[in-house]
Amino acid sequence: MADIKVSNLNLWYGDFQALINVNAYFTQKQITAMIGPSGCGKSTLLRVFNRMNDLIEGVRVSGEVLIDTQNIISEETDLVSLRKKVGMVFQRPNPFPLSIYENIAFGQRVHAEGLTKFKLDEIVRDSLQSVLLWDELKDKLNKSALTLSLEQKQRLCIARLIAVKPDILLMDEPCSTLDPQGTSRIEELMRELKNNYTIIIVTHNMQQAARVSDETGFMLLGELVEFGKTQDIFTNPKDKRTEDYITGRYG
Amino acid sequence: MLRHLDEELKELHKDILRMAVFAQESIFKSVESLQSRDQGLAQEVIDNDNNIDELELVIDEKCIDLIARYQPMAGDLRYITTGMKINAELERIADIALDISQKSLELMKKPLLKPLVDIPKLSQVAQDMVRQAIDAFVKRDAHLARQVVLADSEADRLRNLVQDELINEYLARDPKTADRAVALLLIARYLERICDHTTNIAEDVIYMVEAKVVKHHPEELK
Repeated sequence: MADIKVSNLNLWYGDFQALINVNAYFTQKQITAMIGPSGCGKSTLLRVFNRMNDLIEGVRVSGEVLIDTQNIISEETDLVSLRKKVGMVFQRPNPFPLSIYENIAFGQRVHAEGLTKFKLDEIVRDSLQSVLLWDELKDKLNKSALTLSLEQKQRLCIARLIAVKPDILLMDEPCSTLDPQGTSRIEELMRELKNNYTIIIVTHNMQQAARVSDETGFMLLGELVEFGKTQDIFTNPKDKRTEDYITGRYG
Repeated sequence: MLRHLDEELKELHKDILRMAVFAQESIFKSVESLQSRDQGLAQEVIDNDNNIDELELVIDEKCIDLIARYQPMAGDLRYITTGMKINAELERIADIALDISQKSLELMKKPLLKPLVDIPKLSQVAQDMVRQAIDAFVKRDAHLARQVVLADSEADRLRNLVQDELINEYLARDPKTADRAVALLLIARYLERICDHTTNIAEDVIYMVEAKVVKHHPEELK
């Protein structure tokens, strides 16, 4: 498990500054929710933590993001091991067009070559168990992952991350394509998982942020306006911009 | 940006103010009936209690409905939850005014025990506190709400004065005065209870405005 310490973080897409002097501390064994209007920089911040922004041309970053003691935005960072340590769940579940089993085993083949079939079976079982899918799917492991329901696919994607034993789980709107029941089951899963991971969730759903997170950060126009205990943010925000946003007065 | 919720909060606000007016009228009429031995006024308080009870239910339902439909946050959430609490306190205050009216009706059937001096003063303190607490709610004025909380000690002092006088000057000396003296004692006690409920309202207003819990935390009043 690992904390994330963000200091004086700035990020530019070409001339556009998407993150402005962000300072924050993300604590292990907690769920932190990042909220804010579209384009405020919350997904950009999330993608800093596993260097996904590197894929975008013209990105420039300054500041420091410490995971354990390593500044992960330095050029020396090994991206493969970083992304093993910092896994990401996306808005739309994106299982590989492979079997359920192979979806989980895939990461092992990249990160830990030469595992025995027995060991691989064990990892697949443990990973599916930790996302509460094992009982449902244990007899269908060879079926295509694309046949699963949206919620099952999202759980599978989380299981796929867990299989490579990350420290940090980043979730970018993980429930936005799910129905209320699926959403509530993923939220329950997040609560189960938080004892073992540092979880950061980006969400537009304020009620979801209020329900699942321990801490909440509100971002606006690239700035982290307010960061604190979720209960305080939703009952007594200190900054008027936060109050306006969460009470629907923004815009 | 004006939200649909703002319109509904305005309606809720109006209802809470109606409730406050009812409660204030009930206190005034109940004490006035005692002082002027006016049966009609006492009866008005008793007759209006049903309307107050009904309004309490309407306000409660509106608050629950707003929470369910809008899932309010921050200032909105504090306003609605405070509204619910103030609603309950005002209903309780009106109930106590009804108790005073009933005691007043009882006393009217008997000769006057003594001229009323401290009970009208206590009643004035209670009415001033309720008015200021409601003002603090309307103006979202935490400073005024704090003054209301602090005024409660004056109510306690006056209640003790009334109590000492009635026990020492009447009950102890002439047991035949007991029924009237006890009725006046209870009225003083009721008025002091109204002040306690008003203190609760003021504490709720401080929470609504500042998100600070001063109830059971007197140090937060400073």
